[in-house]
Amino acid sequence: MNPYMNKQELENRQKKIRNFSIIAHIDHGKSTLADRILERTGALTAREMKEQTLDAMDLERERGITIKLNAVKLNYTAKDGVEYILHLIDTPGHVDFTYEVSRSLAACEGAVLVVDAAQGIEAQTLANVYLALDNDLEIIPVINKIDLPSADVERVRQEIEDVIGLDASDAVPASAKAGIGIEEILEQIVELVPPPTGDPSAPLQALIFDSYYDAYRGVVASIRVVNGSVKVGDKVQMMSTGKSFEVTDLGVSTPKPLSVKELNVGDVGTLSASIKTVGDVRVGDTITLAKNPSTEQLPGYRKMNPMVYCGLYPIDAAKYNDLREALERLQLSDAALEFEPETSQALGFGFRSGFLGMLHMEIIQERIEREFGIDLITTAPSVIYHVTTTSGDVIHVDNPSKMPEQQKVELIEEPYVKAAIMTPNDYVGSIMELCQKKRGSFIDMEYIDTTRVKITYDIPLSEIVYDFFDQLKSSTKGYASLDYDLIGYRPSRLVKMDILLNNELVDALSFIVHRDFAYERGKVIVEKLKALIPRMQFEVPIQAAVSTKIVARSTIKALRKNVLAKCYGGDISRKRKLLEKQKEGKKRMKMVGSVEVPQEAFMSVLSMDEE
Amino acid sequence: MAAMAKAVYLHIPFCEHICYYCDFNKVFLKNQPVDDYLDALEREIVLSLEQYPTDEIETIFIGGGTPTALDEVQMKRLMDMVERHLLPLATKNIEYSVEANPNFVSAEKLDTMKRGGVNRVSFGVQTFDDGGLERIGRTHRADDVFATVTEAAKRFDNISIDLMFGLPEQTLEQIERDLDLAFKLPIQHVSSYSLILEPHTVFAIQDRKGKLRLPGEDIEVAMYLKVMETLERRGLKQYEISNYSVEGRESRHNQVYWRNEEYYGFGAGAHSYLNGERRANVAPIPHYIKAEGLPVRSTTTLETFERMEEELFLGLRMRSGVSFETFETKYGVSMESVFGHVLSELKAKQLIETTDTHVRLTESGLPLANEAFAAFIGEARLNDVTT
Repeated sequence: MNPYMNKQELENRQKKIRNFSIIAHIDHGKSTLADRILERTGALTAREMKEQTLDAMDLERERGITIKLNAVKLNYTAKDGVEYILHLIDTPGHVDFTYEVSRSLAACEGAVLVVDAAQGIEAQTLANVYLALDNDLEIIPVINKIDLPSADVERVRQEIEDVIGLDASDAVPASAKAGIGIEEILEQIVELVPPPTGDPSAPLQALIFDSYYDAYRGVVASIRVVNGSVKVGDKVQMMSTGKSFEVTDLGVSTPKPLSVKELNVGDVGTLSASIKTVGDVRVGDTITLAKNPSTEQLPGYRKMNPMVYCGLYPIDAAKYNDLREALERLQLSDAALEFEPETSQALGFGFRSGFLGMLHMEIIQERIEREFGIDLITTAPSVIYHVTTTSGDVIHVDNPSKMPEQQKVELIEEPYVKAAIMTPNDYVGSIMELCQKKRGSFIDMEYIDTTRVKITYDIPLSEIVYDFFDQLKSSTKGYASLDYDLIGYRPSRLVKMDILLNNELVDALSFIVHRDFAYERGKVIVEKLKALIPRMQFEVPIQAAVSTKIVARSTIKALRKNVLAKCYGGDISRKRKLLEKQKEGKKRMKMVGSVEVPQEAFMSVLSMDEE
Repeated sequence: MAAMAKAVYLHIPFCEHICYYCDFNKVFLKNQPVDDYLDALEREIVLSLEQYPTDEIETIFIGGGTPTALDEVQMKRLMDMVERHLLPLATKNIEYSVEANPNFVSAEKLDTMKRGGVNRVSFGVQTFDDGGLERIGRTHRADDVFATVTEAAKRFDNISIDLMFGLPEQTLEQIERDLDLAFKLPIQHVSSYSLILEPHTVFAIQDRKGKLRLPGEDIEVAMYLKVMETLERRGLKQYEISNYSVEGRESRHNQVYWRNEEYYGFGAGAHSYLNGERRANVAPIPHYIKAEGLPVRSTTTLETFERMEEELFLGLRMRSGVSFETFETKYGVSMESVFGHVLSELKAKQLIETTDTHVRLTESGLPLANEAFAAFIGEARLNDVTT
């Protein structure tokens, strides 16, 4: 018997496929709903359910965000008696991963929009709804947590209509936690989400929407077949690089991993092909057959480049090699992570590392500390500056301390982004104010509908990477969404600011600042460092300098008293705990010259929220 | 194997009034089952002495709470209890102290204590400034102190007072005045403690609300130096970070702690160090009363390296410091081989100094003692030691 389906069978099967994502703000119940859907479709029994199955990593669960994507294949027999194949594709939820979200959504035809019945619509929801709309997805609104005392289903229903402009009259009132409304949601998915439209006999086009590294199978791609089909043994080609591989395994997750012989139009699964380098499997790329290639790549592919660079240094110099191994291990599953060795006078040996954005950077940093047990100093993030020297050379500077002396600099250019901010119109004023403050230049403002506005600014990337997104959220009560694209380099009047501790220059604290803001920022930073660096037995002057000119100074007074002149009686354990805590605090600090500098100090130079 | 414990602490967790800075195990006296508590205390003493026998008790210290919050009859019971179970095991020259509150000690109570064998009384004076006393939640006033200490001196020739510095709104001038007044009293010993904000105290709450006007680090250190200098000059020798006495009247009980020697701790929430184990008793009074067997909440067996660290961070509290010879006798290795690197680091920072026989804090190291103590934590090098 032919193990493969004939054309008719394939077409019938295709009509029963529904591919969807769940869009929700953090804590609005996405993971719980996913759990219930898995339970209801019998993919997992309640006993097998590990709470919130889709979010596997500790870090994800702790931060309430999904970093690693997952897709699950489910069987659901609807009220019409037909057994449907549902693919639930999980999406990460942060601006640093907007691109991955958009690719995941591109693998779907529909999205379940979960809105908290008490809190209503929030920024992240909106941002992802826009992405879903960009991808022409059918959106199924669900009002979750209706069993909360503060739930107000009608208000939220109205909000969905007013803010997003969706018809919410059929929005399902649900409680994922209590298992209410799950059936209706599944029925709506079957009824409203269109089946995949691809052509089973066309050349293969499969979208890569995620990848991960498996110790045995190499790099595994999560794919959605858009046209054609792929079988084990096929020779496939990555369209962006032209590299070819032979398919060794195809799989689906139910969510137990299951090998299959072929993946057809509309199918979502994993593809392994003994791929060694994670960079060969690029999210957004199209996989086709080497023999009968598609002429066209699927739209929307972007190569992911690091945007932000920082120095990573082990607090304990002896852990340098451990840190290298940790980075190498992480890089196996994270193509966007870059690193190369560098040396700092203040911090010793470490690595200059590149990240997609601040969250990416924080996640890597936390994983190194947690999974590999290496305490780190992270220097303030920097972008890559293009510097033309007086001798006419152009050099790329990704580390502020490597900026040439001012008299040798002819011109400094910095990367700019075009930032598109989508917002309800109430917040236009505060967004423009924020963008001005961040050295942005206004480009455009357009009304998308009566309530939604898209504001476009050109802003230096360095102003975006640090805390722009946080500030944007706080100045718009969380409603605005941000997407940005690099648009190239522009000349800026920038200078390097150096920090001197105890009269010694600390290279790891240097940063680049616009000349007009140098004086102000110098003042803020010396005060900040004064507050962060614990008193030593001697006085420590702190100075901020541009070239050799001191623009701000402050002094950390000498430590005068640290003694427990108290009667603790026989409770020695308590005394020990106090001392252990003090000692532990010191471990989180780096000796710079004769000054102990805590981790936070290195990042503080960029946090500009002057109180 | 550890030698027999030579020190006994008895905890009386009752107070007539709760002070704003205190985080010791104590409760408001009213309606408390004091007699049941004393029963339980006696049970614990008997049981513990059975399991950990001794016949060389050198010091007894009754603290609290407020031991003198006990009424006449209860105080008599307590005295009898000690007389029955502990004094027969005591050495001749035992030091037997009771903590007292200046406003709760009648002449009769002092007599009861005297008859019971008490030979040292420690008064919680804190300050002679009535405004200051009120601010820290004490109910006695300076006049009470003079009356009570004078009365006590008729019976006892070993009297200590506690003083505090760094109190809200306290000034350096007030410290000078407190010290002057202290010398008008017939006392042989002063403990001078600085206010430490502890969680779950009235002060901690006030501080969080920004309502506590503390003198600040610079004034506080000036106060500390003033206390050291004044007491030394007037004949009370500093023998520990916060303790001063005339020659020969150092508190022997407290030195047991600092010398890292073993002791019994009886009563709710009390701590013991027996057979190399540090243990804490259950703290809530009803639980303590109901406990079957020894009322122990937690037991920690110390590793050799921990005992070595404690030898240092406790011993360095004493002005005499830690003896190289004692260390080596106790642990079978030289202090230099275990902590040499820490010692040289701290010497370079001028926090400690060494003589031929001892290592000790420098004078300038005293106000920064914790910097020195913490340096020993986790630093013992035991490579060539079999533990």
